[in-house]
Amino acid sequence: MIGQIWRWLAQRRLTITFLLLGTIILLFIFVPLTKTLFSSSPSLLWETLLEGEVISSIWLTLYTALLATAVGLVLGVPLAYFLARHNFRGKRFVEALIDVPIVVPHTAAGIALLFVFGQNFAIGRAFHSIGIDFVLSVPGIIIAMLFVSVPFLINSAKQGFEKVDERLEKVARTLGASPWQTFFRVSLPLAKGSIFGGSVMMWARGISEFGAVLVLCSYPTIAPILVYTRLEEYGLNYALPVATILIIICLVVFVGLRSFAYRREKA
Amino acid sequence: MIEIKNLTVDLGSFLLKDINLKVEKGEYFIILGPTGAGKTILLESIAGLYPIKSGEIWLDGREVTALEPEKRGIGFVYQDYVLFPHLSVKDNLIFGLRQRGRPKEEMQRVTEWLAELLGITHLLERRPDTLSGGERQKVALARALSVSPGVLLVDEPLSALDPQTREGMQQELRRVHQRLKATIIHVTHDFEEAIALGDRIAVLNEGRIVQVGTPEDIFRHPNSEFVARFSMTHNIFAGEVHQSSDGNTIFAIDDSEFEVVTELRGRLHASIRPEDILVSKEPLISSARNSLKGTITSISDHGSTIHLTVSTPLDFVCIVTRRSFDELNIEKGVEVYITFKASSVHIF
Repeated sequence: MIGQIWRWLAQRRLTITFLLLGTIILLFIFVPLTKTLFSSSPSLLWETLLEGEVISSIWLTLYTALLATAVGLVLGVPLAYFLARHNFRGKRFVEALIDVPIVVPHTAAGIALLFVFGQNFAIGRAFHSIGIDFVLSVPGIIIAMLFVSVPFLINSAKQGFEKVDERLEKVARTLGASPWQTFFRVSLPLAKGSIFGGSVMMWARGISEFGAVLVLCSYPTIAPILVYTRLEEYGLNYALPVATILIIICLVVFVGLRSFAYRREKA
Repeated sequence: MIEIKNLTVDLGSFLLKDINLKVEKGEYFIILGPTGAGKTILLESIAGLYPIKSGEIWLDGREVTALEPEKRGIGFVYQDYVLFPHLSVKDNLIFGLRQRGRPKEEMQRVTEWLAELLGITHLLERRPDTLSGGERQKVALARALSVSPGVLLVDEPLSALDPQTREGMQQELRRVHQRLKATIIHVTHDFEEAIALGDRIAVLNEGRIVQVGTPEDIFRHPNSEFVARFSMTHNIFAGEVHQSSDGNTIFAIDDSEFEVVTELRGRLHASIRPEDILVSKEPLISSARNSLKGTITSISDHGSTIHLTVSTPLDFVCIVTRRSFDELNIEKGVEVYITFKASSVHIF
């Protein structure tokens, strides 16, 4: 009997080892999140949520991230389609460039943006002349989020377009569809799952951005910065409820959108 | 009518060079070539989906070389159907009309007409991924026909189908061609498919058209090894299948006839593999239904096998082993009997 169990285990050494290692990393993600969720009382969370500063920073975070995603859709999806359909010299360079915002420290990314969109620089001045400022203002939050999160959308959309058989587009053309009609009636509908998934990732990444936004715009204050300033100025007890609310919102949104996308994929 | 003049296409590893073809209105035209001969690219070039190096394409007296694919009026059916996976069968059928902004009534009328023509009415609400290969091919064909193209290009339409579906689809293509009097260019690597369907055949080999002619021209006088090897090893005959008075199915050609097994009737082709034919000096008593008397007109030595041509006066190529050949003790000019089963004859 014991021999049998031993043999059963011995035959599955690899699976068991990998399962154990995997469990460690899962717990590493799971435990801090749940501990935070349950360490504030519901009444304290509710009180915190009613604070004007908290509500407005959460609202600010959600809608600036959404606007950044909208800009990403308009400017990023065409690039994704172009990259999926064309091969050219330097394509690898372009693809690497898109990934750069993911790998540079985000405070450095913020400084880089400041160097272009600050009022002392040409582009910043040009925008200033039409009434748009990027320092200490909402547009600054949006470009900071856009910069660090748009790679997720572009890469996901590109993969989506690559999976669309090019011959579907060719057939559409022989049936009388123009290149524009072909894109909107064939390519885009078939890649929309990937584009939607990429948008969710981009939005979530925008919501969680801290470093680049801090450099460009510490006020108005987005929620991640609010958590940090409260921690610095008043200590853990004041920062905790805000952090908890932020985690709950992100989890609800993320799980909701994931299951929505999953259901659509199955349908 | 479609005319292709001096078309040259760069395929990267080789060129399709100086392609000249003239396909008459209502003609069923076959481009026959081995796998990898660039047949799909040739069709894509004609449709404007692949850039050409030089040459001209004329459709019904109008040059379309520089036109975008959507303005050419050339229909295309890919080998593996390529239906729009996000649209129902019905929406696949009306895709073209919808892009052209045609009225609803026209879409309805065309859908009904095509569905009836191809027998797919019961599939209209289905999604492409729930269809069988044969059904998908019918939908792809209907979709291409929905915009009444001047020419229909079909790329290996039968090769992704299982053998039984293939035969049905082959007849479907012939029927559609006859009912619509459509001009069709069909590319294939399958010799029998080419002979069965083509009014004329162009043989594509190593990037060039090496021969154009009726199926008979091509298999009687092949000028490419690809075709010659095929006709050598298949004993192809063109004739007529009918029912004899005693209930047998007969393939008749000139003054000769033999028994076959098939449901098809009319002007058709028969092929018999050389290794399925028995050669003997005396008539054989056996269950095989066909025994013909003939004269050996040529003997060629292929090492372990010998190829004999027996004229009955139809020319049959037969393959016998060296040992059988020695035992038979035959030579050119000798009279022999050839025997084969009715079920060994393939009718197409």
